[in-house]
Amino acid sequence: MTKETRKHRVLIAKPGLDGHDRGAKYIARTLRDAGFEVVYTGIRRTPEEIAAAAVQEDVAAIGLSSLSGAHLRLFPAVVEALRKVAAPDIPVLGGGVIPEEDFTVLKEAGIAEIFTPGTPVEKIIAAFSDACEAHYQKRNIG
Amino acid sequence: MTSIAELIAGIKNGEPRAIGRAISIVEDGGVHGHSILAALDVERIEAATVVGLTGPPGAGKSTLTNQLIAHYRSQGKRIGIIAIDPSSPISGGALLGDRIRMMAHAPDQHVVVRSMATRGRLGGLCAAAGAAVRVMAGSGCNIVIIETVGVGQSEMDIVRLADITALVLAPGLGDDIQAMKAGLLEVADILVVNKADCPGAESLAMDLDGVVRERQKAPDNLIPKVCMTVASEGKGIGELAEEIARLDAACRASARHLLRRRQSQHLEILDWAMEMLRPRLLELISSETDDPVSDPRVKAMEILKKIN
Amino acid sequence: MTKHPQLDSWQENELQKSLSRFPERKAKFVNHGGQEIPRVALPDTINDEYVKKLGFPGRYPFTRGVQPTMYRGRLWTMRQYAGFSTAADSNRRYRYLLDQGTTGLSVAFDLPTQIGYDSDDPLSSGEVGKVGVAIDSLADMEMLFDAIPLDKVSTSMTINAPAAILLAMYVAVAEKQGVALEKLQGTIQNDVLKEYVARGTYIFPPRPSLRLITNIFKWCAEHTPAFNTISISGYHIREAGSTAVQEVALTLANGCTYVQAALDAGLELDVFARRLAFFFNSSSDLLEEVAKFRAARRLWARLMKERFGAKKPASLMLRFHTQTAGHTLTAQQIDNNIVRVTIQALAAVMGGTQSLHTNSRDEALSLPTEASVRTALRTQQIIAHESGVANTVDPLAGSYYIEQLTDRIEQQALELIDTIDKSSGVVACIENGFIQRKIENASYAYQQEIEKGERIIVGVNEFQSEEENPPELLRVNPQVEEAQIANLALVREQRDQTEVDSDLQRLRDAARSDDNLMPHILAAVKHYATLGEICNVLRSVFGEYRDRG
Ligand SMILES: Nc1nc2c(ncn2[C@@H]2O[C@H](COP(=O)(O)OP(=O)(O)OP(=O)(O)O)[C@@H](O)[C@H]2O)c(=O)[nH]1
Ligand SMILES: [Mg+2]
Repeated sequence: MTKETRKHRVLIAKPGLDGHDRGAKYIARTLRDAGFEVVYTGIRRTPEEIAAAAVQEDVAAIGLSSLSGAHLRLFPAVVEALRKVAAPDIPVLGGGVIPEEDFTVLKEAGIAEIFTPGTPVEKIIAAFSDACEAHYQKRNIG
Repeated sequence: MTSIAELIAGIKNGEPRAIGRAISIVEDGGVHGHSILAALDVERIEAATVVGLTGPPGAGKSTLTNQLIAHYRSQGKRIGIIAIDPSSPISGGALLGDRIRMMAHAPDQHVVVRSMATRGRLGGLCAAAGAAVRVMAGSGCNIVIIETVGVGQSEMDIVRLADITALVLAPGLGDDIQAMKAGLLEVADILVVNKADCPGAESLAMDLDGVVRERQKAPDNLIPKVCMTVASEGKGIGELAEEIARLDAACRASARHLLRRRQSQHLEILDWAMEMLRPRLLELISSETDDPVSDPRVKAMEILKKIN
Repeated sequence: MTKHPQLDSWQENELQKSLSRFPERKAKFVNHGGQEIPRVALPDTINDEYVKKLGFPGRYPFTRGVQPTMYRGRLWTMRQYAGFSTAADSNRRYRYLLDQGTTGLSVAFDLPTQIGYDSDDPLSSGEVGKVGVAIDSLADMEMLFDAIPLDKVSTSMTINAPAAILLAMYVAVAEKQGVALEKLQGTIQNDVLKEYVARGTYIFPPRPSLRLITNIFKWCAEHTPAFNTISISGYHIREAGSTAVQEVALTLANGCTYVQAALDAGLELDVFARRLAFFFNSSSDLLEEVAKFRAARRLWARLMKERFGAKKPASLMLRFHTQTAGHTLTAQQIDNNIVRVTIQALAAVMGGTQSLHTNSRDEALSLPTEASVRTALRTQQIIAHESGVANTVDPLAGSYYIEQLTDRIEQQALELIDTIDKSSGVVACIENGFIQRKIENASYAYQQEIEKGERIIVGVNEFQSEEENPPELLRVNPQVEEAQIANLALVREQRDQTEVDSDLQRLRDAARSDDNLMPHILAAVKHYATLGEICNVLRSVFGEYRDRG
């Protein structure tokens, strides 16, 4: 395949039990319309399932969505699960109803970017794009 | 993941990360791809059974695949899945959702699932899927299932990559059967009537039985069978798996298996050739034909002559 | 004024009966100038066309409302959805709300409870007590309603897939309090169909879910006749991004599916139909929302009469609860949300709702604080007592725009219902993703309008301001999870395990047969079998549903 058709592959997942996937689906679709290949895992995923899927699909970034307030537990758990499957290099981005005071904790836990309901969609697309680019740079075979 | 040697060793050991990376690389078709493909275990590839699963949207292909995974896992087999979904013709992006139904198996190291977008490739899709099949088989998968929506020509080609093709239908999905008769019904080795719990399943099965009987060309033991399943409840899965195994054995015992493999190899080669040809052709065309052309066909022949 | 024979008959029958049974709140309703406010404003000329389309409140086709005097008789129930962390905390909040003048309780459960997992299940980790109260066993339910007499309150429980289990626990608490079951009032949501397309808290596949639902219908008709056995919900369909027309169409299509399932199970239409309740969203387009409620009422009456042949007026009435639209709340300039909620609440009241929940200003950020909940309740009280809209029935009737919109919504909703019917019905359309696709497309289009600035959301894509200080937020104490798990362990230790085992075995056998499952579930909860244990038994027989995404 030629360079110009290299696609950004990302995984959008909903960890935890909340079923409000309007936001996750919207982001998945928006990214598709921006030219990404988006693997969507559906709702109620465990961190282990998400990490395993990301590895199998060889995605360059993972987007998580949580609206139930369980993000402090779930997002870092995905980062941890990635470490366990030898994929700590895949960046994790998170969105949902997340109070600002949680940002620092999440960032320290390895979440690359955090989006809230007010984040403009261009910013989200750009963040995924950058994350993918950076990831491809890193993983080139030497 | 740094070196190709490490990657190759990883594939042989069935390491998910290596397999995932390798599929991306072979899909790209670059030099690294060659080294990987060349290093794969030929015997494993030969031994693996490649099953094509196709049918109209919503027939239950992914649900069925999920059940087949569980079935094969209970027999201790290692299984690979390639789930193909269309890319958006406008943005070139794709939403790949088949694996939703298989997520429960994700952490299982012996289940390898890969979603693939058609990427609007005229050719290329067979090449990419074929390469992924090789990597999966090379990692020790005994069975590789290719799931694709059975609507267009490119999907039909994909199906030809398989040793055994199952067409999945379900009642209540419209009168598509008539339209399908001509195409997919012809290439199918197994006809699956899924959603057997829903009204209309019996009569659909009878319809299909009729179609199959019209088709007398095949030798007796290869006449397509109609299997009834309820994928959502796991019913009829054992029977379907048995039928796949029976057919596979029968094909391997006859010349058919080799024929199929050769056919699929031709397809892959053709596909790669087209992929490689396309950019060169485009280049030649755009560099040569600014003036109005009276017969594009003649021009095409001229350009073709320049490539050799 | 030309009299129409129906006007007389309405006045003599419905109106008189209503006035004598429920006198109006005031002897005379007057405005500031002392002028009398009409009960129901009517056109000068009442012709057949008017009677057919609008008619009179409390009479078919119920366009103008389900009661003849509406809020002049009794105000809507002000019901605030609340419940968080532990049963003890929620119990305190309920008692506070009752003291503040709330007239109905509304219980929110945490996600593990809604999806049928105990608090100690690995899947529950991080979710216990987060979006509602955690209920594992009857012990939690006893705590939840401690010192709240169940014959005096009406309780609405937002519970779907495991509704039978929570209802059984509620019944068991009532029995312990010595309350006669006929006196139990309230509603269980019990609407699983919308979970598959909008809310996501499903457990079992559609067909066994429908069976559980009809089991509840039947058991309640015999034991708790005053309890609403289902709340057919468009709320979440709208929250998932549907249009107003889709909200009406998909909700009523689900309603028809439940009615048909109940008929197929041998239940009698005019017995269970009166116990069907509805639940709608009220969004910010005030006039469209008012028309939506009126259209839904008329369309349901017609469907029940013409499709199913219902006879009793009570079977034809669409009675509904409303919640203001959560998805319209913004995380920016959160005080603006109070204004949004006011507009939405006003639409619900002018549209004739039977009960109303108003969202709190901070809900886009977290669970609401007590102060915001109070403001939300005060909003309803201001509408009820100061705005004047409660003094006359269906105040917007006769507006050209409202009537056109009402007709249009009804017609387009009916078209969508017909399309679904022609495509083998709701369950088939869920399985093949048709309904999900419809909602997703609408949601995507709406969001795109916002992104492109074609639709202005104040404070979000226009009129932004420097963010003020972050508001004070309510947090669920992380120790809640540990405490809940410890309690559960205690319950398991203290109960009679052999009783539980045999109850669960009987339940399993019943699930495999055609038995009504309610008595078996009731027996099990009384012996403190947990929600997760009961759901696991049913999972083993029914299987689990997985969405196509
Ligand atoms: N009643 C019934 N429903 C089934 C059965 N198998 C699958 N389904 C349902 O049918 C729907 C579609 O199933 P999928 O497995 O996604 O179908 P698919 O063919 O993979 O669909 P696409 O990937 O979109 O082409 C889902 O809602 C399943 O739950 C069955 O045997 N009986
Ligand atoms: Mg599929």
